[in-house]
Amino acid sequence: MDQLNKERQKDIKGILRGFISETFLPSAGLDAFADEDSFLEKGIIDSTGILELLEFIEEKFKIRVEDEEIVPDNLDSLDKLTSYIQRKVGYAGP
Amino acid sequence: MLVHEFLEGSAARFPDKVALICEGRSLSFLEMEGLANRLSNALIEAGFQRQDRGAIFLESSPEAVVSIFGILKAGGVFLVINPQVKAKKIEYILNDCQVKILITDAKHLMEIREILPGCPSLQSILLADYESLEEKAIENLTIPLNSYCRALKDYPATPPPKRCIDLDLASLIYTSGSMGVPKGVMLTHLNMVSAANSIIEYLENTPDDIIINVLPLSFDYGLYQVLMALKFGGTVVLESSFLYLYKIIDLIVKEKVTGFPIVPTIAALLFKLKNLEGNDFSRLRYLTNTAQALPPKYIDQLQKIFPHTKIYSMYGLTECKRVSYLPPEELKKRPTSVGKAMPNTEVYIVDENGRKITRPGEIGELVVRGANVMAGYWNLPEETERVLGPGPIPGERVLYTGDLFKMDEEGFLYFVCRKDDILKVAGERVSPKEIENTLYELDDVLEAAVVGVEDEILGKAIKAFVVLKKSSSLKENDIIRLCSKRLESYLVPKYVEIREELPKSFHGKTAKKELG
Repeated sequence: MDQLNKERQKDIKGILRGFISETFLPSAGLDAFADEDSFLEKGIIDSTGILELLEFIEEKFKIRVEDEEIVPDNLDSLDKLTSYIQRKVGYAGP
Repeated sequence: MLVHEFLEGSAARFPDKVALICEGRSLSFLEMEGLANRLSNALIEAGFQRQDRGAIFLESSPEAVVSIFGILKAGGVFLVINPQVKAKKIEYILNDCQVKILITDAKHLMEIREILPGCPSLQSILLADYESLEEKAIENLTIPLNSYCRALKDYPATPPPKRCIDLDLASLIYTSGSMGVPKGVMLTHLNMVSAANSIIEYLENTPDDIIINVLPLSFDYGLYQVLMALKFGGTVVLESSFLYLYKIIDLIVKEKVTGFPIVPTIAALLFKLKNLEGNDFSRLRYLTNTAQALPPKYIDQLQKIFPHTKIYSMYGLTECKRVSYLPPEELKKRPTSVGKAMPNTEVYIVDENGRKITRPGEIGELVVRGANVMAGYWNLPEETERVLGPGPIPGERVLYTGDLFKMDEEGFLYFVCRKDDILKVAGERVSPKEIENTLYELDDVLEAAVVGVEDEILGKAIKAFVVLKKSSSLKENDIIRLCSKRLESYLVPKYVEIREELPKSFHGKTAKKELG
């Protein structure tokens, strides 16, 4: 991964962490969960939360989340979500 | 009949048929019966007595289901603890009913390791994934850890001798009680077998049915999906969550699912998908809904997505599992009704003096009579006394649901609200439900909850919390104006608050106590 991609990844992750912490864990601080923690297993995001998250990423990153993309492999941790968005916005490959 | 005989019966009838599918694994009835027998033999050998309590703290999985049956076969009482319950509450529950054996895995054990020294009744912890445990991480633990896998290997697959009769307890289901302390609903084998029989009868389940269960096994609605399918010889597709809904849709199509139990939150998630109509749902025979009524708008939308699927609106409470269901053919005619009593259950409505109400439209408390009514709350004789009252036969006890209902001319039931929820506004009895239904009729409203707030003049004033579509431009005053066009003036909310979301309980019900 080149330098530019690395930085973009950091940006995306930072934006997502900010949104998730503020929206779902408002009193817990920014480091309340690890990059690889499952949102589901840790109880970070619930059924209404997932709707908010989807709306947020569609709006913020100007992407369209297709039905078949709403699966844990794409969404169920900060790491997974970041690489999913990277793939969608086309920053992933050289 | 005993609950674990569901599995024994199906294992004898359909030994090689698939009983359970979970994350790509599948188990036949015979395999599951064998595993449950092995586990029960291990438990008995370890000193587990008839009616001892065994707790299961696992994600929805084959291990969780085998554990339920292993505990039952050993004559014990099982309780399933939701994997998201916090350690403090688990400590309360384990001590409240004196759990002797806990079946969990390393990850969940880590989350509760601090409370374990405070649970003296625990004699053994069985780990479903013994190998992955790092021993040093729990060095202060004095309770012996045992391997679930080794128990399954070391003990025979032959069934242990019967230890129970059907008046013995089969399960404790913890529900939230007043003051935030959970109450254990005591269910006998007879209670559970009766409820399962009635539900299977009206859903017309057959061994050809394939049920997808995305609801937690700690929730009676989720638990019964598994118990019932094992009884009628169908297949269960088990998923630990409905959060990532496309996975569920995919499974429904791929596994040719015929039954999909939902709660309104799942419907709300479904409506967010963009291309649902493109899927082949022709095998899906029915949807069921309970926990909270489906707003009529949701019913129309669901019927559009699933044109060939019957929708059952149902009503129940953990204390008796299920009470009533609306035959799907009645849904168009009376979308807000929860129907009539299910087979082998009787219901009636009583006024404040306990007299039966027969006049249509009159509101009173719903009373349930049937073999499905619980034995009581664990260790809470006073709370039990409050809900189990005398019935028509001397000595029998019927369930006072605490839910207010009315009936129409043809005897169909309509939920009004919880007895505790009814608001007295300027001397009038107001049902929050009625106002919520009106709010749901507004196109921009996604969710609504109505509560009473203190008011100097009115005693209680009506306050509505609503979640609007993102695209909506409605303001608080617009909502009040729209309500006043549709409701009698005393029912129009005095206050409206627009929120991003409403607080939810574990099972997706709106947690009204946190509002207002």
